[in-house]
Amino acid sequence: MTGYPQTLSKAQQSGKQLDATDRRIIVATQAGLPLVAAPYDALADQLGLDVEDVLARVAAMQASGIIRRIAAVPNHYALGYTINGMSVWNVTDERISELGRQVGALDYVSHCYHRPRHLPLWPYNLFAMVHGRNSQDVEAKVTGIATLLGEHCRGHEVLYSKRILKKTGLRLKG
Amino acid sequence: MANECLTSLRSGNVSVLDTPAPLTALEKCLLNEYQRGFPLSSAPYADIARQLDVNETEVINTLGSLQDRGYISRVGPVFAPQQAGSSTLAAMAVPVKQLETIAAFVSRFDEVNHNYEREHDFNLWFVVTAPDQARVEQVLDEIESGTGIAVLNLPLERAFYIDLGFPLWC
Repeated sequence: MTGYPQTLSKAQQSGKQLDATDRRIIVATQAGLPLVAAPYDALADQLGLDVEDVLARVAAMQASGIIRRIAAVPNHYALGYTINGMSVWNVTDERISELGRQVGALDYVSHCYHRPRHLPLWPYNLFAMVHGRNSQDVEAKVTGIATLLGEHCRGHEVLYSKRILKKTGLRLKG
Repeated sequence: MANECLTSLRSGNVSVLDTPAPLTALEKCLLNEYQRGFPLSSAPYADIARQLDVNETEVINTLGSLQDRGYISRVGPVFAPQQAGSSTLAAMAVPVKQLETIAAFVSRFDEVNHNYEREHDFNLWFVVTAPDQARVEQVLDEIESGTGIAVLNLPLERAFYIDLGFPLWC
């Protein structure tokens, strides 16, 4: 982890270096590691590999950005984080790289993207996803973003999620 | 860091999130502190146990219990999206009366992996992912022609985030 936000293009570039064994490791771990004392040994046995090879490949995928992080992944919805607010911002074009990086680094922003405007219908060029237990919680966080952007933002809105109509995880097929 | 978390949780210094069921100090600590930096070693649960000054079995059982109750979805690597192919975020302003029908029409595409209703004139937001850009555009065209409603195409220009998880208790 470098401490700098990764761009997708970097992940895309490194994605080309995946070999068949890396892909087998991805397929075998994307639903989670076994909860046993030596989970990577169990994985290595399952795949017919040496555990040192598995650990080295996972470390290499993490270094290249294919693996973002290794985690006990919380289910935010079950934990009471039932609201997500997609905040959208009309930010001065000349400053968007610098400000996008700063917004993306806020610990309560889970995703932050630069996307094109579609004038006159859609003036917003920066998207920051904020999660909360209720709308007040989300609004307080949005106020934090507004303060950070200051005079470089000419307007914003928060689009609250109302219903998840479809959500399927990204899955590599084996 | 993690050990401090556990100490402060045990002493009650941290404001506690209301969850559908009460969580123990160890559960909160595992949830909050291991959204990244889960040890990459042959005995990661023993490493965590050492960091938190508890025993390995306790760590394994607690993670298993959190998983069984649905509070963690899994323990393992989080992969970066879009290693291959092309995708975009799209939005439509759908008349409320037609929302159910049009949302179902959109969700039927295999290329649509997220579809959300949001509170806005642009009330339907979905992600289209396909092996190449041509297929992404074809799906957007088919949605436009099939529904008669314009689609706002908002492809990624740049991502700015580290994705370290976010604090659940602070």
